[in-house]
Amino acid sequence: MEEFALIMRHEDGKKVASPEQIQTWMKQTMDWIGGIAAQNKFVSGTGLPFDDARTVLAKNSGKVVTNGPFGEIKETIGGLIVIKAGSVEEAVEFAKGCPVLQGEGNSVEVRKIARKDGMH
Amino acid sequence: MNKTELIPHLFRTEYRKIVSVLCKRFGFDQIETAEDIASDTFLTASQAWSLNNIPPNPVAWLYNVAKNKAKNHLHRNNLFDSKIAPDLKNGSLLKTEMEIDLSPQNINDSQLQMMFAICHPSIPSASQIGLSLRILCGFGIEEIADAFLTNKETINKRLFRAKEKLREEKIKIEFPGEAEINQRLETVLTTIYLLFSEGYYSVSQNTTIRKDLCFEAIRLCNMLVENQTTNKPEVNALLSLMCFHASRFDARVDKNGEPVLYDEQNTDLWDPDLISRGAYFLNYSATGNKISKYHLEAAIAYWNTQKEDTKEKWENILQLYNQLLQVEYSPVAALNRTFALSKANGKEEAIREAEKLNLSNDHFYFMLLGELYTGIDTDKARQNFNKALLLAKTGNDKKAIQNKLNKLS
Amino acid sequence: MEDFLLVYRTDYSAMPKATPDQAEAMTKRWMDWIAGLNAQNKLVDRGNRLEPTTGKVVKPSNVVTNGPYAEIKEAIGGYSIIKARSYEEAIEIAKGCPILSVGGNVEVREISNL
Repeated sequence: MEEFALIMRHEDGKKVASPEQIQTWMKQTMDWIGGIAAQNKFVSGTGLPFDDARTVLAKNSGKVVTNGPFGEIKETIGGLIVIKAGSVEEAVEFAKGCPVLQGEGNSVEVRKIARKDGMH
Repeated sequence: MNKTELIPHLFRTEYRKIVSVLCKRFGFDQIETAEDIASDTFLTASQAWSLNNIPPNPVAWLYNVAKNKAKNHLHRNNLFDSKIAPDLKNGSLLKTEMEIDLSPQNINDSQLQMMFAICHPSIPSASQIGLSLRILCGFGIEEIADAFLTNKETINKRLFRAKEKLREEKIKIEFPGEAEINQRLETVLTTIYLLFSEGYYSVSQNTTIRKDLCFEAIRLCNMLVENQTTNKPEVNALLSLMCFHASRFDARVDKNGEPVLYDEQNTDLWDPDLISRGAYFLNYSATGNKISKYHLEAAIAYWNTQKEDTKEKWENILQLYNQLLQVEYSPVAALNRTFALSKANGKEEAIREAEKLNLSNDHFYFMLLGELYTGIDTDKARQNFNKALLLAKTGNDKKAIQNKLNKLS
Repeated sequence: MEDFLLVYRTDYSAMPKATPDQAEAMTKRWMDWIAGLNAQNKLVDRGNRLEPTTGKVVKPSNVVTNGPYAEIKEAIGGYSIIKARSYEEAIEIAKGCPILSVGGNVEVREISNL
């Protein structure tokens, strides 16, 4: 059993979704996570708000703080959960069930958790 | 109450108070002494009261006798030499040092402190429950053995080892400090909940004992709620949850002693007083910003007191189970969540989710699958009920499954 | 007090390969920083380091490509969760992160309680 981080990305929710759609999306996400938890494969995880991010960048001249989620790309991180799976393929199967994928241009990144080596 | 009932009744209510105060006073080193003095007091009472009349104030009588026996013990033993004689020499010993304080305040404080001392992570939880039943609840060894479906020797051994461990670890009988209290409270709450579950779910046939276990757990939790230091949100949540469950106690078993499933229970037998107490504590638990598993279970238990089959009820229960499973997984929660899913999102989705659960040693799992397939695919329903039948252990469970099979054809 | 997610990113392809001594020194800096947050009672979850060069990206219609997510040069290397009274305080905390000294960056996101 390994642990994998599932990182959900979507376009800025405020622009594309009405409050009702957001409610529906939240229920679907909770049901999706609940389904993973019911299989005893859930480790930890969180949902995030759609706006109000700050980024700290390191530049030669010192540290700079910019507003907004990271990068010039449209997609921002909408959530991050950690699950247990026997392989990256199995983790990918879980990821396929994520409601965020109903939106074109959205994605779920699947990354293996590095073995504890003191970095964290 | 007549003479023959009085002593056992008083034993149940007063033994633990006397033992707690004496334990607190003498320390864990002398826990057997505390128990001996308490038992001795009741022996004296039963002899004296059978010869004479019951005294006008039996509790005060018991307390007086217990105090005197304790003082005699202090006089006669090393306790005197090592703990009191030095003070006497200095002349600083006040008369009150020899007194045993059996005021309501000290009784309460001592019991709470004993609760924390007994529910200590260094001893196994079965021992914590056993000791709690003995010292905090005044249960007899026989009664404890009956509740655990074991024998007196096992219980005696278990309690003996537990007391040894507590002595070795030099566990102090006092309130934990502010920094420690949340962590220690966690252990206490786990023990109380296990105690409750023993009564609620146990297969022991003795319904009286089982009800007693539940109500003792509720009483202990009440003590925590009534004390400012321990009156935390999760304590109120646990109390709420136990009240809700206990409200259905009488409806869960029919007059032949057979279990009655939730759907078929006579709601007239649900205790409205316990339900409103549950709601009262649920409200009080809604403070602070941490959601414990007790909060979630209490909220689910609240919804289960609403008999009407509304979409709102099942959607709420589903979301609560979604959260509960993230906090702590259990096969029971997984199955209950899947059932709620079938009511909220429909059977097809629930079947897909259920097939992923793979709880293949659990007859409840196959019963659920059977339920879900009923009305959708009769063959699959039958297959699953049959699997359940093979795995079921008790006669009652087999009967319940057979009923479902019969209804299919 | 709110919870904040800190996401650590860096361009792994641009990082020079570290010698064992350098790697050890970096590890120590991370451990000290995290331990410091813990001592200040600001750490909620130590989080995780992610394996830097492997992964998958799942897109709609069951499209699966190799990861890490690479629309941009910088990949996510890890994350932690801290608590702070405000975004300003969380940012101050993030400024102490060792990844900034190797050209990486930290994204700070307030976590909503569902």
